[in-house]
Amino acid sequence: MKTWMWHHLDALRTTLARLLRTPVATLLNVSVIGVALALPMGLYVAVVNLQGLTRSLGSDPQLSVFLALDAGPAEVKRIAARLQQHPTVREARYVPRDEALKELKSSTGLADVVDSLPGNPLPDAFVVLPRDTTPEALEKLRDEVRGWPKVTHVQLDAEWARRLDAGLRAALLAVSLLATLFAFALVAVTFNTIRLQILTRREEIEVSRLIGATDAFIRRPFLYYGALQGLAGGLAAWAIIGAGIYVLNGELADLSRLYAAQIELRHLGPEDSGSLLAFSAALGWFGSWLSVNRHLAAIEPR
Amino acid sequence: MISFSRVHKRYPGGLEALRGVTLTIEAGEIVFITGPSGAGKSTVLKLMAAIERPTTGSVVVSGQNVGALRPRAVPFLRRKLGLIFQDQKLLFDRSAFDNVMLPLAVTGFERREAARRVRAALDKVGLLAKEKVHPVRLSGGEQQRLAIARAIVHRPAILLADEPTGNLDAAYAAGIGELFRSFNQVGVTVVIATHDVAFAARMKPRVIVLKEGKLAA
Repeated sequence: MKTWMWHHLDALRTTLARLLRTPVATLLNVSVIGVALALPMGLYVAVVNLQGLTRSLGSDPQLSVFLALDAGPAEVKRIAARLQQHPTVREARYVPRDEALKELKSSTGLADVVDSLPGNPLPDAFVVLPRDTTPEALEKLRDEVRGWPKVTHVQLDAEWARRLDAGLRAALLAVSLLATLFAFALVAVTFNTIRLQILTRREEIEVSRLIGATDAFIRRPFLYYGALQGLAGGLAAWAIIGAGIYVLNGELADLSRLYAAQIELRHLGPEDSGSLLAFSAALGWFGSWLSVNRHLAAIEPR
Repeated sequence: MISFSRVHKRYPGGLEALRGVTLTIEAGEIVFITGPSGAGKSTVLKLMAAIERPTTGSVVVSGQNVGALRPRAVPFLRRKLGLIFQDQKLLFDRSAFDNVMLPLAVTGFERREAARRVRAALDKVGLLAKEKVHPVRLSGGEQQRLAIARAIVHRPAILLADEPTGNLDAAYAAGIGELFRSFNQVGVTVVIATHDVAFAARMKPRVIVLKEGKLAA
């Protein structure tokens, strides 16, 4: 057991030394892997951030019911009662026109524009939360309410968010396809690196075999090399994405001031970061395993 | 310790290196295998170290049938042997010390004890002062002695040497002969393949003469 540990520590140590002995080659390999991983992971980060945005904007679908500008209090009351008694309505909230104007003034930074208006252009409105949120039910309710007297416009509010959400789900699928392709690239890069390593260490492998090294002993440093290189590539990808987010957030700060909304990109969470690193290390290990199995057999002492 | 029984070895391409060799080497013996180039001396050593397998016949080394050995078992047979090659097979990317360390590294020896043994082996061949030197900077004779240190550092029961005095002058060869003698005196079975008849004669050991793949009386 102690010997076994010793062997592994030793392999790790010599592998690190090998990686550092050829800094330029190592750096180039790590960057290639880093860029290859950063592309799908960066897209993933973008999609996850957009998803967070649509969720925060409420994917709970609701209907906005706008009344005619000349609707009096009696008519408002009648429509309120009709909405509340409707079997498919869970909740109907009345938004008086003055309140709507106040909200507009305070939340969007359009105070100057609003103040310059001669009167209140906004109608009274109801925000309706339906019981049944399937698109068909929503559309049926919309069409029904639209026909009521003094109702000028009915809008399905969350529809765009739902569409975006569906689009983003498709984008996530595209990200996984892309990630699969780049995973192949990582395996291929490692395969080739290890092949070259084995060729340059041919003599050492041959001598090791002659003095009684087992295949596991010979294979171990190459597997470590692949895994470490993959891990370093994963770290590089993480750093590339981090740098990209940092730069974008600088620009987005201006944008979010303009739109009076909190728009900020977040980096991968600890769980996703962990999976990225584990995944890249595992792929590196796999690439070198393939390479070692393919190429070591060819080196038999003569 | 080592026994060959009607061993034939035919290489791919049809070259018949050995044709029915039967011989026995007892534990603790020192044996020279001589004969002209191409007589099969190297093949005999390669069969003993499981580098080659007999085409027919059986090769038994310390109780193990080499011809039937599973590939996974080969490393463990080789750890009982010390091998010295015609071309030395030193690694030029590391110091003399690290070259000698290799056989201990593959068995996972405890580091401090391993370093002690490496120095003892280097001392034995007179290279202790050069442990940090890379093999490129050693003379031909020193390289040969370094190869010997590597072959004995793990204290093998059997030492196999292929042309250990290949390109050394007579005085140097005598020194190396004495080294082998001293290993033999502490109980190591030594088998040396050489075409250097003068070297063999000086040592007065048992001599096995090969000629065209057969024992010549």
